[in-house]
Amino acid sequence: MTDASQKAGPMLAADGTPLKQSLSRSLRRQKLRALLLIAPLLLFVLFSFIIPIASMLFRSVENGIVENTLPLTVEALSNWDETTGELPDEEVYDAFVRDMIVAVNEKRHTRLGSRLNYEEPGISSLFRKTGRKIRKWDPEADAPFKDKLIDAEDDWADVENWRVIKTHARNITPGYFLAAVDLRLTPDGVAAQPEDKQILVKLFGRTLFMSLVITGACILLAYPISYLLANLPMRVSNLLMILVLLPFWTSLLVRTSAWKVMLQQQGVINETLVWLGLVADDARLVIINNQIGTIIAMTHILLPFMILPMYSVMQTIPPSYTRAAKSMGATNWTTFWRIYFPQSIPGIGAGSILVFILAIGYYITPEIVGGTKGVFISNRIAYHISSSLNWGLAAALGTILLAVVLLLYWCYDKIVGIDNVKLG
Amino acid sequence: MKVTKTTLLASAIAAIAGGAMAEEMTIVSWGGAYSKSQLKAYHEPYTEKTGVTILNDDSSPEGVAKLRAMNEADNVTWDVVDLEAADNIRACDEGLIIEIDPEEHLAAAPDGTSATEDFGNQLVSPCYIPLIVFSTTFGYRTDLVPDGVEPPTGACDVFDLEKYPGKRALNKRPIANMEWALLCDGVPYEEVYDTLETEEGVKRAFAKLDTIKDETIWWSAAAEPVQLLADGEIFMGSSYNGRLFSMIAEQNQPVGMAWDWQMFDLDGFAIPAGLSPEREARALDYIRFASDTQRLADQAAYISYGPARASSAPLVGKHAELGIDMAPHMPTDPNNAENTFVNNYEWWADYRDDLDAQFQAWLSQ
Repeated sequence: MTDASQKAGPMLAADGTPLKQSLSRSLRRQKLRALLLIAPLLLFVLFSFIIPIASMLFRSVENGIVENTLPLTVEALSNWDETTGELPDEEVYDAFVRDMIVAVNEKRHTRLGSRLNYEEPGISSLFRKTGRKIRKWDPEADAPFKDKLIDAEDDWADVENWRVIKTHARNITPGYFLAAVDLRLTPDGVAAQPEDKQILVKLFGRTLFMSLVITGACILLAYPISYLLANLPMRVSNLLMILVLLPFWTSLLVRTSAWKVMLQQQGVINETLVWLGLVADDARLVIINNQIGTIIAMTHILLPFMILPMYSVMQTIPPSYTRAAKSMGATNWTTFWRIYFPQSIPGIGAGSILVFILAIGYYITPEIVGGTKGVFISNRIAYHISSSLNWGLAAALGTILLAVVLLLYWCYDKIVGIDNVKLG
Repeated sequence: MKVTKTTLLASAIAAIAGGAMAEEMTIVSWGGAYSKSQLKAYHEPYTEKTGVTILNDDSSPEGVAKLRAMNEADNVTWDVVDLEAADNIRACDEGLIIEIDPEEHLAAAPDGTSATEDFGNQLVSPCYIPLIVFSTTFGYRTDLVPDGVEPPTGACDVFDLEKYPGKRALNKRPIANMEWALLCDGVPYEEVYDTLETEEGVKRAFAKLDTIKDETIWWSAAAEPVQLLADGEIFMGSSYNGRLFSMIAEQNQPVGMAWDWQMFDLDGFAIPAGLSPEREARALDYIRFASDTQRLADQAAYISYGPARASSAPLVGKHAELGIDMAPHMPTDPNNAENTFVNNYEWWADYRDDLDAQFQAWLSQ
């Protein structure tokens, strides 16, 4: 080809430009047009999904607040040797009071207090109280400050508080990620959280365990239903399908609240059992505000996500295979186990991934029926986002959760193979 | 085609202009019976007077968090927020809400008493517009009291599982619970907050709460304990006294009040920082109207919370629909207020971060 074109000159298109150029130009135009067509969606995803998530994830390490609020103090503290166990000298106290007066006027000191309180309980109240006292101080006239500040709040005579400020005066911190796995960054290095605060690893474990139980329960319940759906005559199976989809179309909150009515101690299930005499009136089952409540309600809510992929896979299994097996003398059980079941595995795989990943990040149902023992890590994330305002920790927990899901997905791909997953 | 486009554009512009003309403001409150009382006493008369449409948002339980989020995003969508005193002090310290000058921004009493004097001690923070005095107290099922046992009278009965078996409901946060735990464990009233400042004091409070932890359902919205009581799910539970009043007086539920050591608290409006000048002016106009003597007294006709103004008290009369006297249902009525616990808002503003973290960790254990 190159030889030929060298001899005869480049091949030309109708308008006289070389054919190669003309082709690549028209291809480029096509690509551009395709890009323009998907541009709205792309931009939408970028601005409403990728950028917010990235900025939220960045919060899990971002820690500019100490240096922004106390710039002079941070600089002065860098000359202080915290290992001696001696208090910093006047220079640091002076810088701190100057910084604090500015921060108090701009109302920023309480945020720093809240931030440092994540690392050292008690510092938040110290910052608030100090802020109220030194509001009226004059950085020039009232110096020196060391004794004065200690006089105002004697916690400033505690070396530990200064060490905490120095330790956390860095713009990128691993502190939130450490906190997310029940560790903390102390002036003496990484240490375990006090025992009564070690809850997050336990919560991660509980989330994984309960999600597995829910996925398992969904498989057991969904398999026979999907089988029926795929094998009954069209008229009956359509009716069954509507029964499956009806709850699916109902609002999630309504369904969860309905479970509350069903499960509570004076609820429908307990009343019926008591009426039947199966359960004594004073020994009603406790099936809400604990793990059982969460498992029951979530299994029900996530069941359609298991049934639908299973059903669409089972529909594609040709009945002639099972007939052939039977005609060659296989028993019903052998036919099912050796012929039917292996062909339905892709549906189980797809349903399991779907249910498990949905379950692991579920929030509203555990919140309503889970009490304190049946809640997930996502409830903790929501708590830190909307109540405690510890967005850094929430972001770190979210990042870990995302990583766990990706890791499990990867394991699944290695073990089962993602090609074996079919949605129909 | 061209015509359609122009028409669409024109109608879009008209819609936007129309939206701007029919003025709207978003007022954030606590929902349920309380929001209803505000709607009747403040919003409806204000809309009638000015034509401003008022949108209700029930986000007050997460008020400070959302204010902070809006502040960071630099997009404040709320015009007025209802907050508890301790939350107000926190938000004010953080610069999330604007400071109010009672003399300039709040109406004087009808007899000419200045707003500062009329509100008196209730002006707990420079950003506060106090509306009501409420209490967190206990309701119990009258039909579930065991035979031959006196019905519960107050907060300490919640810790007595032997005398009053059954589930309890408590607020899923340290405020009030920690104080009651210490008080009922024998700490004198005057020393409760000093004790809570120490590590041993906090441990002691948790130890007391541990005794009923397994029997307790924790609520985060005040409507939950009301529902739990109505269903007979719990024997007794804490809620706001106005919610309990609504279920007893308006819905005739077999529920009694256990007033002893009720926890007094304040609730009131705040205006977010960072509003445009027009919106801020409108919000200020609204709060001047809503917090005047007559409006505060009117609200007490719908819910049993005490007005924060001294001058409103004599105007409190009968329930708007039931026609019953409201005075005996007020937390401040002498029969109900034998032992009261006054929430130390400033203390909580300082220590909320510390205790919240410990309380949540304790809950998850």
